Amino acid sequence: MENVTKEVWVFVEQHDGKVADVSLELLSKGRKLADRLNGILKAVVLGYNVKNIAEETFKYGVNSAILIDHPSLEKYRPLPFSRMMNKLVNENKPRIVLFGATVVGRGLAPRVASNTVSGLTADCTELQIKDVTYLKKDYKDLLLQIRPAFGGNIIATIITPDNPVQMATVREGVMEMYEVETPNPISIEEVEYIEDSTDDLIKIVEQYREESKVNLKGAPIIVVGGYGLGTKENFKLIQALADAVGGEVAGSRAAVDAGFVDHDRQVGQTGVTVRPKLIFSIGISGAIQHRAGMQEANKIIAINSDPEAPIFGIAHYGIVGKAEEVIPKFIDLYKNKLK
Amino acid sequence: MYNSIVMVKQVPDTANISGKVMKDDGTVNRAKLPAIFNHEDKEALEIALQIKEQYGGTVSVITMGPPRASDMLKECFYMGADKAYLISDRKFAGSDTLATSYVLSEAIKYVGNFDFVFAGRQAIDGDTAQVGPQTAEKLNLSQVTYVEEILNVKNNVARIKRKIDGGQEVVDAQLPVLLTVIKGAQEPRPFSAKKIMIYKSAKTLLDLEKIANENSLLYLDELVQEYKDKNLYIETLSTTDLSEIDDTRIGLHGSPTKVHKVESVVLSGGEVTKIEPTEEGIGALIDELLNDHILG
Ligand SMILES: Cc1cc2nc3c(=O)[nH]c(=O)nc-3n(C[C@H](O)[C@H](O)[C@H](O)COP(=O)(O)OP(=O)(O)OC[C@H]3O[C@@H](n4cnc5c(N)ncnc54)[C@H](O)[C@@H]3O)c2cc1C
Ligand SMILES: Cc1cc2nc3c(=O)[nH]c(=O)nc-3n(C[C@H](O)[C@H](O)[C@H](O)COP(=O)(O)OP(=O)(O)OC[C@H]3O[C@@H](n4cnc5c(N)ncnc54)[C@H](O)[C@@H]3O)c2cc1C
Repeated sequence: MENVTKEVWVFVEQHDGKVADVSLELLSKGRKLADRLNGILKAVVLGYNVKNIAEETFKYGVNSAILIDHPSLEKYRPLPFSRMMNKLVNENKPRIVLFGATVVGRGLAPRVASNTVSGLTADCTELQIKDVTYLKKDYKDLLLQIRPAFGGNIIATIITPDNPVQMATVREGVMEMYEVETPNPISIEEVEYIEDSTDDLIKIVEQYREESKVNLKGAPIIVVGGYGLGTKENFKLIQALADAVGGEVAGSRAAVDAGFVDHDRQVGQTGVTVRPKLIFSIGISGAIQHRAGMQEANKIIAINSDPEAPIFGIAHYGIVGKAEEVIPKFIDLYKNKLK
Repeated sequence: MYNSIVMVKQVPDTANISGKVMKDDGTVNRAKLPAIFNHEDKEALEIALQIKEQYGGTVSVITMGPPRASDMLKECFYMGADKAYLISDRKFAGSDTLATSYVLSEAIKYVGNFDFVFAGRQAIDGDTAQVGPQTAEKLNLSQVTYVEEILNVKNNVARIKRKIDGGQEVVDAQLPVLLTVIKGAQEPRPFSAKKIMIYKSAKTLLDLEKIANENSLLYLDELVQEYKDKNLYIETLSTTDLSEIDDTRIGLHGSPTKVHKVESVVLSGGEVTKIEPTEEGIGALIDELLNDHILG
């Protein structure tokens, strides 16, 4: 396609002055994509009193930031945000726009895609830029948007070959976040907010938000228990092992649904994505949605009574046995060796 | 009195997938999968029915899908929906979320006269959660996503509890508004036995066409009128009924996203080191982990 830009944009989500991790992860990914395009990376920051956030994004390699700072944007509401994003995207036609697949991003990105008639791919687990031949036509530098679909039974590569803007959402923890060694000089373009009669169609009456106390993403060792533990009582073995090795406890969705462990400790596609040094996967079959959240771990130890369990397909160490028998043995031996 | 339109989708039961589900062109072979009522949409319908019971009004359901989606529309009747619309046309095949939301927004305009538009947060097949907000944008409606509960509706303002990342929020939404409902919001009511008796014979235009074709004594127009009079007609719309519809914006052609490649998930199949569940086996594993400084 002719006349496309080489701009990669990341919508930077923030709440009460704190940037969402996923936005920083996307900036890091965006930097790579922009380099591959020989293009530039821009952060888009909407909020109130958030200039410092626009500045903070430079640590993650942006070339410039677009800032809209206005009291109407203090808390996220769909219409003021989508209206301003629509305008920015329509006027600038960035080649790529990335959003976190958060509650906010999943409300905002589709509206912007709808308004600007852009393709939008949800929950990508990988983004690459490649030349593509599609229906016998050659396209240069398309964004390959790779995502699981159909309950995770398939992995699809989605492209948006014929539109100037390609949009995607990505879940938290999927991309890696890192600061660049030499940030670009700070350059912020402030765009004026334009008020509209639709701004107050939604009014926030009250809001509560709690920083999750659980820090699975940062834990070097994680012990994950699954439905195979059978009972909440048995699940205590997971805690015991975590205590012994200095790890965090987590669970599969089936374990969360069974009430063995809290939802904020769920690993997987609809939970947290982790990449620890070591993960124990115990009584877990290894469904794709689960693996999506943990297969990047450095070392995986799987314990499962079924030798055919798919989890063994990605494990580095496999122990075929019952959790109730293997875990206590492991703890005893480990404690003895540390003595 | 508040009128609702609920967008409902029939989805393949992705939890129970088997066999080859993808066709070579990257689209889904839905014929190979059992079809179910997307659960969040059913919960959305439940909320709409509660509004009708509390404040009066009507509940219409619409779906874009193949003819067999009428089974789900009948289930909507069994729960208490007043009117059902099947939007069906071969030209819609291969629509992505943008094209789908375009068709649905045109259909909603056709139905008209609403205070609430409801959708599920996401459908379990595509899993994108995009169709609701995209439809809202096309209808110039505001939206509340991840709805858990409607607390009350007063003077055209709905007070709504919704989930946000890490917490909850209560908002006041001026009507009309589009809402997307999350799993666990409201347990859908069971089908009413009385309603099943009545509505099991509800028919779409396609059903009636078939009957008319098989019996030369019956005229389609009269059949349709008869079913309408009995309130058993599932209104059936194709592109020709949605007069405003722009053919370049629907189907595979009107969809900016294209499925370039589809792979069934295969395990990477690395070399797993088998550890015996014995003291020797586990002991050796611990030694290795300690030596490699992974533990300790
Ligand atoms: C492998 C694969 C990957 C895909 N990835 C993408 C993608 O990334 N981006 C994209 O744009 N499209 C994608 N699609 C296409 C998308 O799945 C279809 O457009 C689908 O019809 C609608 O999307 P959804 O199932 O994600 O719906 P969602 O957006 O998750 O549905 C939300 C709600 O909208 C309502 N709704 C949705 N569809 C209908 C309908 N037909 N009738 C009535 N109500 C409805 C329901 O209330 C539903 O609960 C993909 C398709 C496949 C096969
Ligand atoms: C859209 C979608 C999103 C999803 N998101 C997630 C997600 O984020 N995270 C997630 O985890 N799942 C997710 N799932 C669910 C996922 O598909 C699986 O259902 C789930 O991961 C299964 O959990 P499990 O392995 O604990 O349970 P099961 O599949 O029931 O496996 C239990 C395992 O324990 C073994 N076992 C039994 N007894 C013992 C014993 N005594 N000792 C040792 N092993 C034993 C069994 O052999 C079996 O392999 C999602 C599904 C869908 C459709």
